[in-house]
Amino acid sequence: MSTIASTMADYRHQLRNNRLGLWLFFISEAFLFGGLFVSRFYLWGNTRPELDQTLGLTITSILLLSSFFMNRAEMAIAHDDRRTFLNSLLITAALGILFLIGVVGFEWRGHIRPWDGAFGAVLFGMTGMHALHVLSGVIFILIVWNNGRKGHYSSERHWGVEACAIYWHYVDVIWVFFYPALYLMGTVVR
Amino acid sequence: MRILLSLGLVRGLIAQAAGTAFGMALTMAIRVLLGLPAWNAEPVMVAGALVGVISFLVGVGAFTDWFKWVKGEETPMRHGPPEGRPAWTRYLSVDYSHKVIGVQYVVTGIALMLVAGLLAWIFRTELTQPGLQFLDAPTFNTMISAHGIVMIAAILLGVSGMMNYLVPLMIGASDMAFPRLNALGYWVNVPGAILVVAAMFVGGWNTGWTGYPPLSVQSPLGTPLFLLGVYFVGLSSILGAINIIVTILRMRTPGMTLFRMPIFVWASLAASIIQLTGTQLIGLSFLMVVVERVLGMGFFNPNLSPEAIALGSPPGNVLLFQHLFWFYSHPAVYIFVLPGLGIISELLPVFARKPLFGYRWVALSSMAIALVGFLVWAHHMFTAGMDPGLRVPMMYSTLLVAVPTGVKFFSWVATVWQGKLSFPTPMLFVLGAISVFLLGGLSGPPNGTVTTDLFLHDTYWIVGHFHATMFGGFVFPFFAAIYYWFPKVTGRKYNETLGKLHFWLMTPAFWVQTLAQMDVGLKGMRRRIVDYDPALGIETGHLLITIAGFVIGLSILVMLYNLVRSARTGEVAEANPWRSRSPEWQIPSPVPEHSYARPFVVVGDPYDYGLPGSTYIQFAPSGASE
Ligand code: HEM
Ligand SMILES: [Cu+2]
Repeated sequence: MSTIASTMADYRHQLRNNRLGLWLFFISEAFLFGGLFVSRFYLWGNTRPELDQTLGLTITSILLLSSFFMNRAEMAIAHDDRRTFLNSLLITAALGILFLIGVVGFEWRGHIRPWDGAFGAVLFGMTGMHALHVLSGVIFILIVWNNGRKGHYSSERHWGVEACAIYWHYVDVIWVFFYPALYLMGTVVR
Repeated sequence: MRILLSLGLVRGLIAQAAGTAFGMALTMAIRVLLGLPAWNAEPVMVAGALVGVISFLVGVGAFTDWFKWVKGEETPMRHGPPEGRPAWTRYLSVDYSHKVIGVQYVVTGIALMLVAGLLAWIFRTELTQPGLQFLDAPTFNTMISAHGIVMIAAILLGVSGMMNYLVPLMIGASDMAFPRLNALGYWVNVPGAILVVAAMFVGGWNTGWTGYPPLSVQSPLGTPLFLLGVYFVGLSSILGAINIIVTILRMRTPGMTLFRMPIFVWASLAASIIQLTGTQLIGLSFLMVVVERVLGMGFFNPNLSPEAIALGSPPGNVLLFQHLFWFYSHPAVYIFVLPGLGIISELLPVFARKPLFGYRWVALSSMAIALVGFLVWAHHMFTAGMDPGLRVPMMYSTLLVAVPTGVKFFSWVATVWQGKLSFPTPMLFVLGAISVFLLGGLSGPPNGTVTTDLFLHDTYWIVGHFHATMFGGFVFPFFAAIYYWFPKVTGRKYNETLGKLHFWLMTPAFWVQTLAQMDVGLKGMRRRIVDYDPALGIETGHLLITIAGFVIGLSILVMLYNLVRSARTGEVAEANPWRSRSPEWQIPSPVPEHSYARPFVVVGDPYDYGLPGSTYIQFAPSGASE
């Protein structure tokens, strides 16, 4: 085997390992979020606190929209379209930051505080753990953007982008479960 | 001095101290800015601990390559001992070789075992007589809590050590799938263990290893440090599990189908699945206690503030903790024992010169135990006041675990049956393991049956039960493995006489200890209590437990003396002293840096000892690779 071909084979082998590893990490994290999810039903049962529905719907839409741009970024690098790739990444990060502002700046400033019984504990526990993951995702995106700007990715080699994108979608999907559990299910207690 | 400062460990420790101080100062500054009084021990210490752990990892160098990746730099993999420094220094610094990391894990595990064992010596001395002798209740409580959790950490490290060293060798992989992650997975234990040990000195804690609220929400300042320390040890489990699973699923040598893998590899796979998933839930439950303490988030607080009542909030519930905690901590016992039971199945055929009986069944029984193990957690809560409807299903699922466990027992007995047995030290420990695990296993079903557990729960009977299962399922096999692979790791022989002395001291002492524990438990001795009523008539029992405990400890010191001395001056070992078929014994000892100079293919079944003409592996002709 020529060296280039063998390094490419090595890369593909490692890529498959990386993918499996990342998915195992997701399975692991699913148990963390699953534990929080179960706690919500264990403690809140069929009730929920009154929350700002407009805010909930807005941040959820923002996060879903961000996943679209993330997908666009990944498609772009797969076609070596660096401009679209970099722009889409920045938009994704910006939307992620907007989401965080929505959670931390507005939702957390509502009438419920962390120490207010099980409502406070679960609300802040779930949104807090999720927000931490969004934050790490935003940092990840910015790192990838920075490396992308220096031209480190190509259509053949962009595991960093791929990992970042799957991670982002994953965190997004978690919210798809958390949002109804917090905002929609059960009867409002006043 | 220069060498000392170049050691990752030393740098990490300095960084942890500095980071802790910085984290505390930062928190105090933020508190002042928020208009709060600067000093509040709880949040300041928690923040300090977190920053300290991260600083350790940066200081030790576990993140160095990743920081370079963040900047977009390439980081070629380095092999071999560090340049310009003695070879031993690699064991005290970040190193990516699975063989080094395996040894690091095992040595750290044994060190923690010594710490926890010392605590046991102290509080067992206290318990030889009723009344208070030289310990007060808070110190005693801290000591038994620390004994429990440090031992558990030690076991997790021992398990990871064996898996790290053996799995890649057994499946013919050049290393683990993610060497850097592997190193991080090891090093995160060190600051974690430091937090747990430090917790003893900042007020201690009195919850036992389980950390149940509401006590853990109110207990002294050591509690959050203990909880966070365990959290980081758990993180190591998760990272290690990812590595092991990917390595096993993706890096086996050609011909090694799933059903030609050594049993130890199967056991590692099963244990890793539990570590990967379950660990998150003990982590979550401990984190919840920390935030309840620091931020007042009432996950487990049954009382409501007037504001919360005005919001109509439901109260917290302590049982939530127990559910989350045991959903991990029951399966966790299988993390401890599955690899150990794998070692038993691995070594018996070698010393009986016979095929392992029912290979497929044994392989699948590990998986079955791991999966059924997730369905039994509430057998720890029969007396806790949980939904009574859960009791009977949990009882049946618990008893169901006996089936795959029984499969292993039958396989062991049938393997030994009419074998050409020999009894060097590893074999003795394997047989000791089987006898002790039988005792532990048989004492399980009474706990799992609701009617009997109502009387047994929280007594010394339980203490006897889980010491027997842990010793039979982990400690004895772990020692067997240490003796068995010692020539492979060091290239030298251990001293057989001292090895046998270790065995003959430890095994009878252990039997005495466990039976006496069960006996005093049945007579009414509670767990985790510094004092007891002389009228129970259990003083002799307690004396026996203490004496036996000292003998066990001494026997382990004999082992350490033996290992350390033999590693330096022992006779040079022959290549394959046990006449094993396993690939790691077909290459020189100690294992070369790149384990297999020539790749091998698997052409037969692993345990066909004594069958004429059977082969397990074949090395590629030299020069075929590259
Ligand atoms: C088929 C065999 C087994 C059964 C039926 C069984 C059942 C139980 C039950 C029901 C308890 C709770 C008792 C109580 O606190 O009231 C218990 C405790 C325990 N078991 Fe087992 N067990 C078995 C095997 C094992 C094994 C293999 C281990 C592994 C080392 C183990 C480790 C433990 C531990 C650590 C505890 C104490 C937990 C605590 O209360 O702090 N058991 N066992
Ligand atoms: Cu259990």
